Amino acid sequence: MPLLEIENLTVSLSQDGTETTLVHDISYSVERGEILALVGESGSGKSVSSLAVMGLLAKALRVTSGTIRFDGNDLLALKNEEMRQLRGRDISMVFQEPMTSLNPVRSIGSQIMESIEENLGLSRAKARQRAIELLKEVGVADAERRLKQYPHHFSGGMRQRVMIAIALAGNPKLIIADEPTTALDVTIQAQILDLMARICRDHGTAMILITHNLGIVARYAQRVNVMYGGRIVESGSARAIYAEPRHPYTDGLLQSVPRLDQDRKVPLRPIQGNPADPFTPIPGCRFHPRCPYTTQICREEAPGFDDGLACHFPLTTETREAV
Amino acid sequence: MLAVSTLVFFMIRLVPGDPIAAMLADSGSPEAREALIRRLGLDQPLLVQFWKWFTGVLQGDFGASIYGSNQPVANILMTALPKTLSLAFLSFVIAIVIAVPAGIISATRKNSAADVGVSLFAFLGLSMPDFWLAIILIIIFAANLQWLPAIGYTPLAEGLWPWLSHLILPSIAIGTGFSAIIARMIRSSMLEVLQADYMRTAAAKGLTQHAMLIRHALPNALIPVVTVIGIAFALLISGAVVVENVFSIKGLGRVLIQGIQNRDYPVVQGAVLLVSAFFVLSNLVVDLLYAAIDPRIRYS
Repeated sequence: MPLLEIENLTVSLSQDGTETTLVHDISYSVERGEILALVGESGSGKSVSSLAVMGLLAKALRVTSGTIRFDGNDLLALKNEEMRQLRGRDISMVFQEPMTSLNPVRSIGSQIMESIEENLGLSRAKARQRAIELLKEVGVADAERRLKQYPHHFSGGMRQRVMIAIALAGNPKLIIADEPTTALDVTIQAQILDLMARICRDHGTAMILITHNLGIVARYAQRVNVMYGGRIVESGSARAIYAEPRHPYTDGLLQSVPRLDQDRKVPLRPIQGNPADPFTPIPGCRFHPRCPYTTQICREEAPGFDDGLACHFPLTTETREAV
Repeated sequence: MLAVSTLVFFMIRLVPGDPIAAMLADSGSPEAREALIRRLGLDQPLLVQFWKWFTGVLQGDFGASIYGSNQPVANILMTALPKTLSLAFLSFVIAIVIAVPAGIISATRKNSAADVGVSLFAFLGLSMPDFWLAIILIIIFAANLQWLPAIGYTPLAEGLWPWLSHLILPSIAIGTGFSAIIARMIRSSMLEVLQADYMRTAAAKGLTQHAMLIRHALPNALIPVVTVIGIAFALLISGAVVVENVFSIKGLGRVLIQGIQNRDYPVVQGAVLLVSAFFVLSNLVVDLLYAAIDPRIRYS
């Protein structure tokens, strides 16, 4: 049984009396100890679908259909209080913005310790001891002194380490990392991701790594779901997707980031156009206005999701090289 | 304070009417008037009068009342001060006790019946003049129900209840408007804070709603509110001036008003100086509170 199993999840936004679907009928699962990447541009629904797992959707957002099963429990059927107890203890989250995700008026120590006390029921003294261990584990030197400091004493990368310590505090089975390195310097990104991957390995924690950078995925994730316009358009092992992308969007994502295994003279090719706007209905395949291979059928008929792919004309080795 | 005291010194002398007329009415002969003026030093040039008063104040001598008993101003102020301070303190407590929960409830249940209720209360509280509310309270609780005394003041030394019972009504009269302002501030400030990223972090930790509000949202929401409380302290004092008269409490407000009516220059000067000292003090307290609630601010 997978740790997390999402089936046909649809999330909608109700605003001014109209309902807009942000996440369409997505299904995926996460195995214990596995790192799964959700890749896509802004607005592709990757964050919304993961917030749905946490039960932290904004008020205007609602799961309209589908199931989310965690460790055998149907999360959507849980009461608010049961869901609260699960947060932090079974599933925790690392957010995109380390600069604003910590409370500015409370000490780092108190913010880590409260999660330990809440989720593990430890005494204050033991929680403090545990917080020091956690800070050391995430690479914050001089942990005992830093415990008393406030977020403004920490740099962005250090704050993200603290966020990771908080996420680890309840010994969760799953960590959802929502673009954990997007706001950080490139040099810090690899450090943070290495740290998260190591922690998952050491603790046997599963992780959903949400990112828009397909380039970093192959190194950390075992499997990848590529999302576009609120749908999963391609999924498979990280290795396969990196080596042989079959969906033109996946291919576009890979072409738009520098790769070490390619000639440096090959220019980067950005994907033309803008990400699909959920408020404008697009008939057929949602990627067709931006796809270089679009034909009539792409404009008229949405492709079904089959064998880890939603595309009428999957790329092959020949077609990839022809463009 | 230097500016305020200078301003008041000259302004009170610009106001039509003079103390001699107030004291002697029509009965005084011109000779008596002359004698009195000379005795009080009012015949000297204004700048000389100011210098005498000013150097006196620097040495802690506020002069003496020129009216009636000729009591030293310092004594008059010291008997009035505890009454006004008690009143201001209790009004403040009442305002906070009402405003903090009201503000939190209306922010967390935005647009609910409770929120509308709080907004309505805030609207009424701001619209009702202190003295009008004071009179209504007297009519209901003192005159009709006879639960509480209508007028006067008993020092705290004579027991908690006698002290409290005399102060409850005037404190409510002053505190209501004050609490309306604070409640609205807390509401808007809380609404902003509840949207913050760190609230989402707190939710992701699995904290209870209560812990999120009290430990995470409130301390952040209070930072801007503290400024307003400091500024609105002016309202407490000006409210006290009017309300003390309604309840016949011989506090600073009443001293001030009587002083002005009698053109009792030293008393008015001393009272205004004291009030301005409180403004400066409350601003200092606000600055110190900032450092206490916001760790990003440290005075070294």
